[in-house]
Amino acid sequence: MEKIYERPKSLTDRGLAYCPGCLHGVATRLIAELLDEMDQRTNAVAVLAVGCGTLGMFHFNTDVVVSPHGRTPAVATGAKRAAPGKLVFSYQGDGDLAAIGMAEIMHAANRGENFTVIFINNSTYGMTGGQMAPTTLVGQKATTAPQGRNPAETGYPMKMCEILSQLEAPKYIARFALDCPANILKAKKGIRKAFGMQMAGKGFTFVELLSNCPTNWGMPALECMDWMRENTMKVFPLGVFRDGDE
Amino acid sequence: MEKKITVAGFGGQGVMVIGQMLGYASCKAGRNALFLPKYGPEQRGGTANCSVTISDGEIGAPVSRYVDTLIAMNQPSLEKFLGSVRPGGIILLNSSLCRWEGKRTDVRVAEIQADAIALEIGSPKVANIVVIGAYIQLSGALSEQEMLDAIEEKLGKRPELLEMNRKALRTGMERVTLKE
Amino acid sequence: MTKSRDPSALPAGKEGIMERQFLKGNEAVAEAAILAGCRFFAGYPITPQNEIPEYMSRRMPAAGGVFLQGESETASVCMVYGAASVGTLAMTSSSGPGISLKAEGISTLAGACLPAVIVNVMRGGPGLGAIQAAQSDYLHATKALGHGGFRVIVLAPSTVQEAIDLTYKAFGLAVQYRNPVMVLMDGWIGSMMEPVTLPEAKEPVTFSYTGWGAKYFNPSGVGVNVVTSCLLEPEYQELLNIRAGEMYEEWKEKEVLAEEYLLEDAEYVIVAYGTAARAARTAIGELRGKGIRAGMIRPISLYPFPVEHLKRLDRSRVKFLLDTEMTLPVQMMDDIRLAVADAIPVHSCGRSGGVILTNEEIVEAVELAIAKEAR
Repeated sequence: MEKIYERPKSLTDRGLAYCPGCLHGVATRLIAELLDEMDQRTNAVAVLAVGCGTLGMFHFNTDVVVSPHGRTPAVATGAKRAAPGKLVFSYQGDGDLAAIGMAEIMHAANRGENFTVIFINNSTYGMTGGQMAPTTLVGQKATTAPQGRNPAETGYPMKMCEILSQLEAPKYIARFALDCPANILKAKKGIRKAFGMQMAGKGFTFVELLSNCPTNWGMPALECMDWMRENTMKVFPLGVFRDGDE
Repeated sequence: MEKKITVAGFGGQGVMVIGQMLGYASCKAGRNALFLPKYGPEQRGGTANCSVTISDGEIGAPVSRYVDTLIAMNQPSLEKFLGSVRPGGIILLNSSLCRWEGKRTDVRVAEIQADAIALEIGSPKVANIVVIGAYIQLSGALSEQEMLDAIEEKLGKRPELLEMNRKALRTGMERVTLKE
Repeated sequence: MTKSRDPSALPAGKEGIMERQFLKGNEAVAEAAILAGCRFFAGYPITPQNEIPEYMSRRMPAAGGVFLQGESETASVCMVYGAASVGTLAMTSSSGPGISLKAEGISTLAGACLPAVIVNVMRGGPGLGAIQAAQSDYLHATKALGHGGFRVIVLAPSTVQEAIDLTYKAFGLAVQYRNPVMVLMDGWIGSMMEPVTLPEAKEPVTFSYTGWGAKYFNPSGVGVNVVTSCLLEPEYQELLNIRAGEMYEEWKEKEVLAEEYLLEDAEYVIVAYGTAARAARTAIGELRGKGIRAGMIRPISLYPFPVEHLKRLDRSRVKFLLDTEMTLPVQMMDDIRLAVADAIPVHSCGRSGGVILTNEEIVEAVELAIAKEAR
């Protein structure tokens, strides 16, 4: 009998530390599958941000570097420049990338650093307990925006793919969602493309994955998927914003 | 032997080059030397000054309250650093740009028309080399040959350039005058 | 000099000859780093250390290494962390305000047990302070260079030659102890030029990072490395902290550096480091010329502090110590007083904010303290 589905070797045996229903698990698995398929497990360096993504250090069966909060693209820059043959990817949440690490992501992108950013956007600070993120939707409640995000006071959700698309250097910028199998497969293709471009030395590649946070959104996982389709994906349209291969 | 010198002037007068060249030449001649530049926050047009120490022994304090020699490239620098020369020390004036007003009587005053001589030689840029010539003549801190070796190494070996620097150095040595 | 050396390594002089050169402190430190095997530098402009990144931008590519101008001090030190995490010997440099921003990254390096060298070319503080030279960061460097209670070896040169030698040494210590090392210079050492001889070029240093940091967390990982200062499990964090504490004690045994100058008969002992110690050396000559028997203890390692040097002073002979620094209020005072357990009076002398400290001021301070003690 042929084995058609197994745990990727790029994942450790440990059970996922993410909350039940959280799509971090899907994102982590997609990356691990690709590292297996592309035979990069022993050549990969995962640069993990501060946030729920840090838990990846329990899961990625690859070399892992944990970055100070927001500096993830700077750490990935140092690692990739010092070891150009490695497949380096940063794994960052929206607080890390779009708030405290805004300078680092903009400048790494602008320098055209040859690594891949996996950007998990779930429009909240998950690990610290559901505070307002730069990506929180207008009206969406957060523990630091109990009445919901009020744009008069806190502005609007920051759209990182669109912002980064203003720069000349990035080679691949795309946004996918992890809400359903069809979109998950598209996301996997996008990450494969980004990793492939990096290994070909093309330059900066950026993959945003719309995700959820059942714990802090306060809804069951399945309801989260509907909410994402009805709200998140309307503010953050899916698509490929830049494809340097074309 | 230890000599402490302050060189001061406008930015652009080659103040730092004077200090650095004295340091290079001393280092090359096997002595100890220390060059310390002092800048204001302006990138252009401010005042510039530097300290140089030339010594046969180990150099301690990079800057002392008093120096042996002040090289003043312009009037404001003369006035600013007048009080920092030790009694019995030397003030070397660029008399093309400043005038001695006799504010101190316990120092020796020497003059060199650095800018005028530089023009005479053919390049206003060598005024600082003229001043170096005047200084080594007055102080005996370095020989003409020691100075020329450093100038050749650091400021260029192109024959016409070297010749002009050689002439500037020699003229500075010859034309410096001590006021009575 | 070794033959493998890139000829452009020599800013002046000729290849193959150990010859004296007249070098600026900042550039000499940068060259010393490359000679020590450093192959990665990231920095950000700030006075008075700009010649270090400028020099590195010219030299590092020629030496086969990486130069990066980061978007901030914070990013620069994190680039260094990234390079170190894949086993490359790396350096960053800055001055006070920038070192504050680097605190996060330095703490991360220490927490993740990674080597790197950080050069602080000090200016007057606090805040943005003055851009002129000062010694305003002793406490920051020796007590808490970042959050979390870690320590680093802090080396303080007082000449350009010593800046070269200590920078060269710093890389070895960083790798040996898997911990960042700080070279703490003042802006004067950075901008002055002096005759120096450069050390021999070492091969580029890379180190294995296998088994470092928190590999513990990845029990099922095969042949992989987890470099992190984020440990999540309190017992393991405590274990690492206890080990770090043992390392700091080891430094006190093995890594103390200090110069004793004319101490044999000294009744008045100046304690000074860096440029202040140079002014003190001249002052001591002048004091001895007046029949005043002065001497000096010059800490070269500020952490570990030369406690034993101070402890073994003859308390029946030494009438007082003079803590002499280019910062006010002076910052070494507590360390000096602890070392002598208040058995010898400690006076202080200094200038601050970038104002020049001269030998004459030190002479006057010693004479004033003698008068005070006589009362």
